[in-house]
Amino acid sequence: MNIGVFVCHCGSNIAGTVDTEAVAKAALEYREVVFATDAMYACSEPGQAGIVEAIGTYALDGVVVASCTPRMHEATFRRTLERAGLNRYMFEMANIREHVSWVGKDKAANTRKAAELVHMAVEKLRRNERLQAGEFDIAKRVMVIGGGVAGIQAALDCADGGLEVVLVEREPSIGGKMSKLDKTFPTVDCSSCILGPKMVDVAQHPNITLYALSEVDSVDGFVGNFNVTVRRKAAYVDWDACTGCGECAAKCPSKKTPDRFNEFIGLTTAINIPFPQAIPKKASINANACIKLTKGKCGACAKVCPTGAIRFDQKDELVTEKVGAIIAATGYDLFDFTKYGEYGGGRYPDVITAMQYERLLSASGPTEGHIRRPSDGAEPRDIVFIQCVGSRDKSIGRPYCTGFCCMYTAKQTILTKDHMPDSQSYVFYMDIRSPGKNYDEFTRRAMEEYGAKYIRGRVSAIQPKNGRYLVKGADTLLGRQVEIEADLVVLAVGAEAARGAGELAEKLRISYDPYGFFLEGHPKLKPVETNTAGVYLAGSCQGPKDIPSSVAQGGAAAAKALSLLSKDKLASDPQVSGVKLARCIGCGKCESVCPFGAIEMIEFRGMPKASIIETVCQGCGVCTAACPQGAAQLRHFTDNQILAEVNALCL
Amino acid sequence: MSPRYAYYPGCSGLGSSLEYDTSTRAMCESLGVELVDIPDWNCCGSTPAHAVDHLLSACLAGRNLEIADGMAEERKLDGIITPCPSCLKNLKTTQRSLSDPEFRRKVEQVLGKPLRAGLPIKSVLQVVVEDLGVEALGRLVKTPLAGMRVVPYYGCIMVRPPRLMRFDDPENPMALDNLLRELGAEVLPFALKTDCCGAALGTVRKDVVARLSGRILDAAVEAGADAIVTACPLCQMNLDMRRPQINRANRSRHNLPVFYYSQLAGLASGQGEAATMMDKLCVSPRLLLNSLAQHTGERA
Repeated sequence: MNIGVFVCHCGSNIAGTVDTEAVAKAALEYREVVFATDAMYACSEPGQAGIVEAIGTYALDGVVVASCTPRMHEATFRRTLERAGLNRYMFEMANIREHVSWVGKDKAANTRKAAELVHMAVEKLRRNERLQAGEFDIAKRVMVIGGGVAGIQAALDCADGGLEVVLVEREPSIGGKMSKLDKTFPTVDCSSCILGPKMVDVAQHPNITLYALSEVDSVDGFVGNFNVTVRRKAAYVDWDACTGCGECAAKCPSKKTPDRFNEFIGLTTAINIPFPQAIPKKASINANACIKLTKGKCGACAKVCPTGAIRFDQKDELVTEKVGAIIAATGYDLFDFTKYGEYGGGRYPDVITAMQYERLLSASGPTEGHIRRPSDGAEPRDIVFIQCVGSRDKSIGRPYCTGFCCMYTAKQTILTKDHMPDSQSYVFYMDIRSPGKNYDEFTRRAMEEYGAKYIRGRVSAIQPKNGRYLVKGADTLLGRQVEIEADLVVLAVGAEAARGAGELAEKLRISYDPYGFFLEGHPKLKPVETNTAGVYLAGSCQGPKDIPSSVAQGGAAAAKALSLLSKDKLASDPQVSGVKLARCIGCGKCESVCPFGAIEMIEFRGMPKASIIETVCQGCGVCTAACPQGAAQLRHFTDNQILAEVNALCL
Repeated sequence: MSPRYAYYPGCSGLGSSLEYDTSTRAMCESLGVELVDIPDWNCCGSTPAHAVDHLLSACLAGRNLEIADGMAEERKLDGIITPCPSCLKNLKTTQRSLSDPEFRRKVEQVLGKPLRAGLPIKSVLQVVVEDLGVEALGRLVKTPLAGMRVVPYYGCIMVRPPRLMRFDDPENPMALDNLLRELGAEVLPFALKTDCCGAALGTVRKDVVARLSGRILDAAVEAGADAIVTACPLCQMNLDMRRPQINRANRSRHNLPVFYYSQLAGLASGQGEAATMMDKLCVSPRLLLNSLAQHTGERA
């Protein structure tokens, strides 16, 4: 076997702390290495051309590149080998950047370690086999989890591209946070007027199946062939029969039900349709508030329903959908401001969240668009807005900037002036972060045209005083304390990961950060991919985002799913387990440990044997560790290969 | 075995807040908490020392810690306690700054002996609320403070800075609230419970104290309180002794009395007005105590 070794400088990333030339020289001493050199950027076009040329000149059968992590460029170099006529699996990568140059400063030690890693790669490559990828069929369907604006966009784009889409939404209606907003920045468009038509499109699109009031229960399978079980929660209403007429809500006697859609400002009925533009426009019963379901008596809704759709005995239902790709668009939740004792910790009725204020501003909200204090229904005159409540604060475990609060606060001050020309808004801010198209102009308008008084500093306390609230804070530009008497205080609460985000990530086998936001495949280059093939991200589930960014990501995730599912078959990874029948004693240990159910027991000439279902196997290697006979071997990572690496390092 | 603590009364405890010290000692005795006075203790340095020199402040407080440590083993002490939040803050700050070896070396050089500073340091209030539980105090109640509407006033440093004091909620403490409720008083919500009264500025900037303490009195009256209850000698002095200054500056006529919580604990457990030194208060609680007695009499 003729092996070629290429040691990459990665500019100064590696060459700065590793003597790459010495590593290449050392490699020439390893068995079957016939050519070794160092290269400025092995992944660049001239770098790859150099590899192709060397394969021809030295009749190489295999190549080792010592450079960055295989996550970065393994696929790149495998393609290079294929262009030169070699099998793509006759390639090994030694990670001397993340594992060496970026973590150590001692050049001599780094150089020694890099040479040893190259030696291991060479010894493994000497035992590589020319593997061939197979093909498997795929389901040309996609599931979108979450029906906020990002999920809606992703679902519509996939459906328009010809894919069948299953859209799963936890709440009774799609629309997400955007459907609760009154207006949007920086154009002051009516939020439900621009979102509403998209929601209707979802309802009417022939390619979209909508499961509202549903959650993902479990996920099996792999890219191209996911089986997702969805729990359709009991609405206690037969949605096929319900016409959305609203007669039931009008007659429901349980009129003091907390109104989730209106952020608990105001009350609703136990059976309700959350808002006028809801999609699907179907009634559902809040089981905790329903008199019939809690006490056994009532049934007023069933009596008035013209289509007899009420089903008090309805149970949750599980449905399984086979899809080729999954787009997670589960959005965010709002920070619970009661953690801040200085803002009253939730004890003051007129200290509310910005989303509650949004519902007060909305014409379809509990006050029909009239701004009223929750405590006494009076119209406020002086309103204090406090920014960064649950953002940029290490002390409560939220060090990140939510990024859109500066903008919505500016919008709310503008809307406040429009609603009540005699009002005065005050905004306590840390910094104004408005780096978007027409964004900074918008915050200036709030100050200059709408007269919002911006005070740079934090609020130390809110205290009730004569039916109003004394807001004490610092003006750090003037270097003095300020006190403002307010009728209403609006907290710009930050975004946090959606409730249950971590559990969903584990079902989808994707990573999430310490705050519960899902991790993208690469922070720069794979913003909507994940490290699990076939699972994509859209919107705020990846990190707080405003509407335009969420819509853009929804479209981007849809494009990824469309391109994946544009093929009729996908190439299977041959780096999977295989069982040597002669060695297998049919003990079944591998079958019991396989986390993917990829092993079945078969009978071979009257003997029980294990057999790998190659399309299901994920190549994790648990079976090879469990097998007492060494019969189960992970291709490309056989026991012999790993031992050869260990020997290269230790002998 | 009953808990036993080294007791640091602080300078005001033997002077301006004698009623706090006396009623605290009585309360501890009836709760079975044994107090061992730190012999030959000195001033903790109060505000002036740490305002001009951290080393001086640490040496003053450190000497007291050293004496207490010296007798800890022999007297089987569970820790050091003090009724005064300001003394508490100085003792705890010193204990914390001694964890820096360089600083510790300097303090030991001044004091001329090695320091241990290992005993836990707490306020008397913390021991009552956290270690014994307010129910223990409740069991001693003979004449509940029924009908007395009070607002608890903690002052700024009883619970702050939170990572130093490690006691109760720094924004909305409830220790005194729960304790006073246990004594039978009606405890009203009080948003200014941790606001500053002006503290030591009373001597140099009377206007500041008049403004800040005036605000606390306004809020207490707005809340509908008959009395303010404190756990700090300086807060009590500003709100009580400086009342005429405050009223004059703000053109107000506030006359609600300001008790120490330990005085009310004594009163409720039947110790009487003389034992709890009610006559030491500058703003007379006479009317309130009379109506309380009447209330109790009516019920009996």
